[in-house]
Order: sequence, then structure tokens, then C-alpha cells
Amino acid sequence: MITLPVFFFLYHALVIVGLSLVTVSRRNPVHSVLFMLIIFFHIASLYLFLNAEFIAAIQIIVYAGAILVLFLFVVFLLDLRAEEHADKYSMSQPAGAVLALSLFAVLASTMRGFVLGPHGIYGIEKITEMTHTKAIGTVLYTKYLFPFEVASVVLLVAIVGAITLAKRHTKS
Amino acid sequence: MSAYLLIPFLPLFAFFVNILFGRNFIKGQAHWIAVPAVTVSCLVSWVIALKMFMSHDPQIINEDLYTWISSGGFRASVGFLIDQLTAVMLIVVTTVSMLVHIYSIGYMHGEKGYYRFFSFLSLFTFSMLMLVMANNILQLYFGWEAVGLCSYFLIGYYYEKKSASDAGKKAFIVNRFGDFGFGLGIIMIFLTLGTVHYAEVFGSIGTLTGQGIVVLGFQMDVITLIALLLFCGAVGKSAQLPLHVWLPDAMEGPTPVSALIHAATMVTAGVFMVARFSPIFNLSPVAMAVVAVTGAFTAIFAGSIALVQRDIKRIIAYSTCSQLGYMFLACGVGAYGAGIFHLYTHAFFKALLFLGAGSVMHAMGGELDIFKMGGLKKKLPYTYWTFLIATLSISGFPLLAGFISKDEILFLAFASGTTVGKFVWVVGVITAVLTAFYSFRVFYLTFHGEFRSDIEEMKKHAVEHGHDPHHLLHEAPWTMRIPLLLLAFGAVTAGWIGIPAALGGHNKFAHFMEPVVGHPEVHAGHATEYILMALAIAIFIGGLLFARHMYITNRDLADKMAKKFSFAHYLLWNKYFIDELYHFTIIRPTMWVSKSFIVGFSDGKIIEGIVNGVPRAIGQISGFIRHVQNGLVHRYATVMGFAFLAIVAIAFIWR
Amino acid sequence: MVPLYWYMLLSAAVFCIGVYGFLARRNVILMFISIELMLNAVNINLVAISHYMEDLAGQILSFFVITVAAAEAAIGLAIIIALFRNKETVHVDEMKEMQG
Repeated sequence: MITLPVFFFLYHALVIVGLSLVTVSRRNPVHSVLFMLIIFFHIASLYLFLNAEFIAAIQIIVYAGAILVLFLFVVFLLDLRAEEHADKYSMSQPAGAVLALSLFAVLASTMRGFVLGPHGIYGIEKITEMTHTKAIGTVLYTKYLFPFEVASVVLLVAIVGAITLAKRHTKS
Repeated sequence: MSAYLLIPFLPLFAFFVNILFGRNFIKGQAHWIAVPAVTVSCLVSWVIALKMFMSHDPQIINEDLYTWISSGGFRASVGFLIDQLTAVMLIVVTTVSMLVHIYSIGYMHGEKGYYRFFSFLSLFTFSMLMLVMANNILQLYFGWEAVGLCSYFLIGYYYEKKSASDAGKKAFIVNRFGDFGFGLGIIMIFLTLGTVHYAEVFGSIGTLTGQGIVVLGFQMDVITLIALLLFCGAVGKSAQLPLHVWLPDAMEGPTPVSALIHAATMVTAGVFMVARFSPIFNLSPVAMAVVAVTGAFTAIFAGSIALVQRDIKRIIAYSTCSQLGYMFLACGVGAYGAGIFHLYTHAFFKALLFLGAGSVMHAMGGELDIFKMGGLKKKLPYTYWTFLIATLSISGFPLLAGFISKDEILFLAFASGTTVGKFVWVVGVITAVLTAFYSFRVFYLTFHGEFRSDIEEMKKHAVEHGHDPHHLLHEAPWTMRIPLLLLAFGAVTAGWIGIPAALGGHNKFAHFMEPVVGHPEVHAGHATEYILMALAIAIFIGGLLFARHMYITNRDLADKMAKKFSFAHYLLWNKYFIDELYHFTIIRPTMWVSKSFIVGFSDGKIIEGIVNGVPRAIGQISGFIRHVQNGLVHRYATVMGFAFLAIVAIAFIWR
Repeated sequence: MVPLYWYMLLSAAVFCIGVYGFLARRNVILMFISIELMLNAVNINLVAISHYMEDLAGQILSFFVITVAAAEAAIGLAIIIALFRNKETVHVDEMKEMQG
């Protein structure tokens, strides 16, 4: 019996899986990046469906807005005309296919036996009552304050590292 | 009362300073560190020894400094024992060492390894002091091996010279034979008594009386076995038959080393050790007889070789062997005090002989052959007079040090009343004749008669070898003369503390030593002693006159005698072929086994097989494995993924 | 109500596609996009489980995953630029200086 939620999920799952396959098989990286964009929007939509509107917003802002734009920049920066005639796949493509399929088989068979742990306190009612962003913020700035600060250091390192690596060494 | 610690540790300090900073910083000034250190150590020794000598109830120091080894029932400490015996040894070691240090300033001047020489000289002094001051056998053994090591370093001081480095090795290896026995002896003592401390060993050694042990199928008395094993070490270190071969070769070292190590101190360690272990030896008449007979044979054997040799230092070296034989002879008849007394006087006149010889060599540009010398009396007055005193002392001029101590030994041997005692007395008397003869032979050939070399040739030779030809046939500098004068003083007076009762003295030395080494039995009166003394003087005069007749007044006689007794001369000249005997019985078989079996098979095939095979196998395996790392990220990721799958599979199977 | 298992299956599928893309493509940009796919697959899983467990820890974790993904993209793309400047290529199988 296909109810509305099931239909909604199936549509998203289909689009995500199908476009993922398209993404990894495009010759032109620009196309790949654009398909990726669509995937990200669908994933964000799934997050909304899972009552995680803050994560959905982040998904759009960070992934679609920042990371993919960065990818596009780089793709445009590089001269990729030679890519049109080069081999698309590496030598380990068959191995990759076998590995991916067997990995999927393993995951699918083991995940059947997955049992959820004890439920937490943030049920749908509670989140609705205090709004999702506030709930996330409460947890993030209390219990996960230290990892949060570490994450800021990771980002700082990434900024410094990216600048250092991409900087053209003028004196030589 | 721990000032005594300065005695061994100041020389050690000097050693460290010189060896660490000598090469780059101190260089030619090394004596400014070594000489003060050993001088202070000498002064402290004298103060301690005199204090003991003067008091009626001498205070004996016996202190454990710290525990060296503690393992199960075995306990050894670094500890010091200063009793009468040690006090005498301290005086001998530090005094001669100090004088030799001073002498070396002049003798070794300008040598390339000046700092090295002084540092090893200091290290030797430290080791020797550790040896004599030990309060347990293990520390004695430490000092024993350390002096052997320093001896090796210093014999091989001119290591560029093949003969010198060979002589160093020979000394070391020959000593191994003796020290092996010594080591076994120490182990035997520990096994039977469970301790290595002197006081405990000597306190309980009596309980072993009459106990037997089976060795290689022979029933043996335990105490005799221990004593003989210990004596093995003494035979090696003190160059007694049959392990005497290293001492003459050791003369390759610089002359101050010969004087200090191979005449006055290290070689007498064997005598010291036998005297130190007198409580053990006294319990075994067999071992005592062995000691006495070995000493007597060595005395006459080495003395006879010295008769015909031409190398001045080797003659004195054989003379040292011979005199050491006297000391063992004394110990063997129970007269340890007399043996130590002779050790003490011998240190002065024998060091003087060596340093005199060094002075002669200095003036002769390194020439050693006494037949190429002669008439040096006028050129080297100081050396001449001091050498004369030493010669008179060793050959028994009345009332000089050598006369008194040697006379005491012979008298006590004669008076011991045993067959062995009588026998060794006869041998000792014959040796005394030889001693007087060869000593004056050296003296006359070196200082009297015509000069038998070409001075121009010597100068040319000196220039060729980069030496200064100006000090040829000139007296040595003051730093070398002062030790000669001081030792000459010692060679005259050292014996006066032991003037026997028969000559109106009190023989204070023997009484001083009595608490440690006991007193020998005497079965003869003063009348006998006078007769023996007269005999000794007659021997001295006879030897002197015969040498004078042969080498001064009637020069042809020596050659005639050599022709007449050609076989004896041949035998003596070749030192009884002992070296050749060892060459064929020990060295050649050892070399053969080493070359054919050890080098060819065990080293060449097994060890090199492993040593080379393992790296080769690793290299081949690596050469194969390195293809895995091909630099392709895809390959790595694929392998990683499949490895993950494999782990999952294994987890599935084992669940 | 959609079962959790479906979400996990979706996540596994996307992840495996990412694995395949990473191994199959020789263009380094595509390999990076595959990595992003894998990270998103993990995020789907985390958020889904978080929702079903009624616990926010999973969402916090996905938050950090996004942070790290941003950092990784910045660094990775900088490396790509540096490599392209030196080697004039974006194909990883042409970059094998590190072979043994």
C-alpha cells in the first residue's frame, strides 16, 4: 500500500540513487557537479521529511552554496578540454564495480539485523515545542561544546592549508 | 679517616682529564695534571704508612665503600683494606710511580702521544692501587686485569711498530693462561667458602683442611688445588716459568714503562698476591713447595739467559724475572716477609737500573746493544754513578738494599730446615753468582772501555728519524736526573729498616709484617747467618772480579768462552728455545685450527652465511614486495576495499 | 510510516555508488565528488537514525561531518590546483612519483 510518505520517500530515493549513478559516469565534470547539486537538494528535502530542518538548511547553504561552488570554480579554473578525449575510467573500474556491489550486499544483509538503542528525549513533540534550531543549539553548546570548538580549529587549519597550497610561489 | 681514598682516585682523575682533554687541549702539558695527582697520592701513602710503622698497635683500615655486585648468595663490594702489607705496597707503587712520572717528562718529551702516555701511566697507577688496596678477591682481580690492560696499552705504545704491538699482544695472551687459573681459583674459593672477602675467607679457610676433591680423575686436596690455581695467576703476572716469555718482549714499551710496570710494580703483583693469600698457602705444603721450586728455577733460568744477551733492557728484564724468582722462593719457604722485603728493595734498584738504561738509550739515540756502547762514564756522570749504585745493590754489596733483602731470603731458606728449603738455597746461591756477574757485565760494557760505535753515523741516523742529534752522548735533562738520584738514595737506604739482628739491627720490617704474613721457622743461629753473609760477600766479589776480568782486562776471554762452551752459549743465546717450543706446540696448532676450522667453516660458512643470508633474503623479499607500492591511488584504494571485505568475511565465518 | 531500514538501504546504495565512482574514475575532481557522495550517504544514515531514536546526537554528528567535508573540499581542491599547476593533468594514474 503506497501511502503519501512512502511515495515521497520512494521518489527521493529513486532520484538520489539515479542521479548518483549519472553523476559518477559523466565525462564532463561540470555536468557531474550540476547533477550533484540536484542530489543535494533532494537530500535536504529528505532531511526536512526527517524533522531536521536545521540540517536541511545547512545542507543547502554549505554543500550546495559553498562546496559545490568551490568545485565549479576549480573545474572552470582548470583547462579541461583534453578531458573530452581522454579515457574516462581507470584500470580499477571493474574492481570498483565488484567491490561496490559486494559492499552493498554486505551492508544490506547486515543492516537487516539492526536494532535501535533506547530512545532519547527529543521526540517530535518536544522538538515541535522548542523548535529544531533551538534544540540543536541547546545540545551543541552544552554537551558538544568541546567538539564544536575543535571543529572551528579544523576549519581554520583548512583555510590556512588551502591558501598555502594554492598560493603561487612567486620567488624562485 | 677517608683521606686514603685520595690515593687511588687522584690518579684515576688524572687519567680521565688527560684522556678526555689531552688530545685537543692539554697535549704537551699532560704532566701538569698527572704528576701532581700522583705526588699527592704518594704523600698520602707515606703519611699512612709511616703512621702505621711508628705506632705499636697499627690501625688497620678495612672499609666497604659500596656494594659492587649482589646476586643471590654472591656479594662483592668495592672496599679498601690497608694493613701492613698494603702499606708497604702503597709506598712502593706510589713512590716509583711518582718518580717514573717525573722521569717521563724528560724522556717522553715531544712524543706524539705524550698525553696518551701520561693518561695510561695514571690509569696504571690507579689500577695497581686498586689491586693492592682491595679487601676482597674480586676487586683484586679487577685491579689484576686492569694493570694487565694498561701494560698492554703501554707495551704497544709505539703501535705503529709491528714488534711493539706484537709484544703487547703477547703479554696479554700469555697472561690469559695464568689468569684463567686465577679465575678458577677465585671461583673455587667462592664455591667452597661462599664469600670472596679476605677476612671471611681467611677466617674460614681452616675448615677446608683435609677435604678432598676429584679433578679430572685425580684425588686432590681442596686447599692445595685453590692455592695452585691462585699461583697460576701469579706465575703469569710475575713472569715465572713457564709463562715468563712475555716479559723480555715487553721491553718494546718505552723505558719508563719498563721501570714502573715491568720491574717495580705490576710484575710483583704475583708476589703480593701470594703473600696476601699466605693463610691459604700456609695450609698446603705441596703448594708451598711448588711456589718455592718454581721461584728457584725461574731465578737460575732467567739469570743464566741474562749472561749472554746483548740488549741492555732485555738483560735487565731477565734479571727482573730472576729476582722475582727469589721473591717466590722466599714465599715458598714461608718467609713472606722476606719476599715482600725483597719486593720493596728490588723496586728501587731495578727501577733505577731501568731508568739508567733509559738515560743511556736517550744518549745513544735508542741504541740497545751493549756491545755498541762503552766508555759512557765520562759522558754521563750522573747516570754512571746511579747505575753503579743500582748494580752494587742488586749484586749484593754489603749493607746496600739488595744485599740485606737477598741475604735474608737465602738465610731463611737455609734455616727453614726442610729439604725444599735447602734445595732452593743452593739454587739461590748459584743465582746470586750469576746476578753479580751479569749485572757487572752490563755495567762494564756500557760505561767502561772504548766507545764502540761511530758517533757520526749515529747523528746521521738520528737526523734521518727526525730526532734531535744534539742530545746524543749528553746527560739527560734534570727531570730525568732527579728520579735517578732519588732512586739511588732508595737503592742504598731502603734496606736499612730490615737490618737483621745478626748485624745489630732489629729487623723492624719483619716485625712490622708479622701480623699479616706470620713469621717463618728458623732453625739456625747467628753463627750460620754470619757464614752465609760471608759467602754472599764472597759471591759478590767473585762475580764482580770475573766480569771485570772478562770484559775489561781480558777482552778476548768472552769470545773464547763462547767458543769453548758453544752449545751452552747457543742454548742461552736462544733463551732455551722456549719461544720456539711454544711456537710449535701452541701457536701453530691454534693458528691451524683458527684458519682451517674457525675462519673457513664456522665463520665463513655459518656466521657469514647467516649474516649475509638474512639481508639478502630481506632484499629479495623487499624487491618483490616493492612492486605492490606502485604509486597509484586506485590500486591502494582497491586493495583497502577488498581487505575490508575480507575482514568482514572472516568475521562472518568465525561468528 | 517509512521503515528505518529503507533509509539505511538508500544510504548504503549511495555510499556504494560513491565507492564505485572513487575507484572507477581517473579524473581527480570526479573522485572528490564521489567522496562527497559517500559523506552524504553517511549523513542520511545519521539523520535518519537520529530521527528514529529521538536523540539529537546523530544530527550533531552530521553537522560535524559537513564541517569536515567543507574543510576537506577546500584542502583537496587546493591540492588539485597545485598538482595541475605542476603536472598539467587531473588524472590520478598519471601521478605516481611515490612508487616503490
